[in-house]
Amino acid sequence: MSTSTLLETRDLGCIRNDRQLFEHLEFALEAGEMLVVEGPNGCGKTSLLRILTGLRLADSGDVLWRGEPIDRLAGDYYEQVNYVGHHDGIKHELSCLENLRLARAMGIPSQRDLDDVLEQVNLYAYGESEVGSLSAGQKRRLALARLLATDSLLWILDEPFTSLDRASMEMFAVLFEQHLQREGVIVVTSHHDITLPTLAVQRLNMGQPT
Amino acid sequence: MSNRLSLGQAFTFLLRRDLLLAFRNRAEYAMPLLFFVLVITMFPLALGASPELLARIAPGIIWVAALLAAMLSLDSIFRSDFDDGSLEQILLSAHPVAILVLAKVCAHWLVTGLPLLIVAPLLAEMLGMSTEAQPTLLLTILIGTPILSLIGAIGVALTVGLRKGGIILSLLVLPLYVPVLIFAASAIENAATGFEVSAQIYMLLAFLLLSVSLSPWATAAALRMSAS
Repeated sequence: MSTSTLLETRDLGCIRNDRQLFEHLEFALEAGEMLVVEGPNGCGKTSLLRILTGLRLADSGDVLWRGEPIDRLAGDYYEQVNYVGHHDGIKHELSCLENLRLARAMGIPSQRDLDDVLEQVNLYAYGESEVGSLSAGQKRRLALARLLATDSLLWILDEPFTSLDRASMEMFAVLFEQHLQREGVIVVTSHHDITLPTLAVQRLNMGQPT
Repeated sequence: MSNRLSLGQAFTFLLRRDLLLAFRNRAEYAMPLLFFVLVITMFPLALGASPELLARIAPGIIWVAALLAAMLSLDSIFRSDFDDGSLEQILLSAHPVAILVLAKVCAHWLVTGLPLLIVAPLLAEMLGMSTEAQPTLLLTILIGTPILSLIGAIGVALTVGLRKGGIILSLLVLPLYVPVLIFAASAIENAATGFEVSAQIYMLLAFLLLSVSLSPWATAAALRMSAS
């Protein structure tokens, strides 16, 4: 194991509804690397991501962060993780800014000004509007804005580009690139093609569901 | 290295957020209070003109209504957070989940328990409860309703992942509510007849301490299970 390995799995296995989704799954990500998880629907991509966040327990094997099992690190690991799942995880009754402030309170606040964060995801004009009145794509952009509002090394993104338009997808691709340049790590599933100029992209094909 | 908020700040932040959410959804949160008032108002109408009977069963009526009102409001502690994914974000927070859970339960009590305390004197007066018993009634509600929220949170955390958890929730939680009901009603009855009530009050306080110290951890563990 090289010293800069951040996220690593050992012999990971997952069973769901009496079906073995995957087993003996191993990968290691160094600082500045991205893992793209590919595969057809129902092959266990989301389950893998939830295991990596610690929301779900692996049925066998370990997830290691800097060589330590994540269940032993608990809070020290969670402050390094930023997860955007299928659900946006934002409150429709609150404004964009209120949502981001909450995200900051729950994790490590980044140095960026929240107005700048909204500006970056093209939601500056909606700072005070209730999220319920935004479109699906705008809500998704707000959920992804959490990545910028907090400081964490590991981004775990489940289909981040759902309902985003082409321009937004390109914008987030640039943000991913910047995160990798800052020695961050990204694990992402996507049915959209993520075109990054960076070379540090690993691909994990989870194959056919059995 | 990190400039994350202190635990106390995170606690108050989440508490404030839940109060703000409740304020913006106030129609939904007024329901349990309305239910409490309506149920108690129905009793004098149904039982007819017999003030002695009403005064005698008043503690029981008020407490049963409070219990059912609390049950009615329980689901709202975690339901919307579970549905929109906010719960995952709370579980992945850098702070201990049990403390964050306690913040949410506090907010729930402030929104659903405290209003009961405020309208209770009025309803007690309406039922003709003796003036000696009324301070004890308020005291039992003050100590008892937080217990209902804390115990209920465990039940909701266990059932929030199920599609039809409502029935299981009541079966899980009601038996645990019974001791609170018994001691609270018995305290008020003692007060009405001029007996000592400290034994029951101490017992309720013991329940409260027990549930404050244990329930957040049980709830956090149950939430992890429901979310996975």
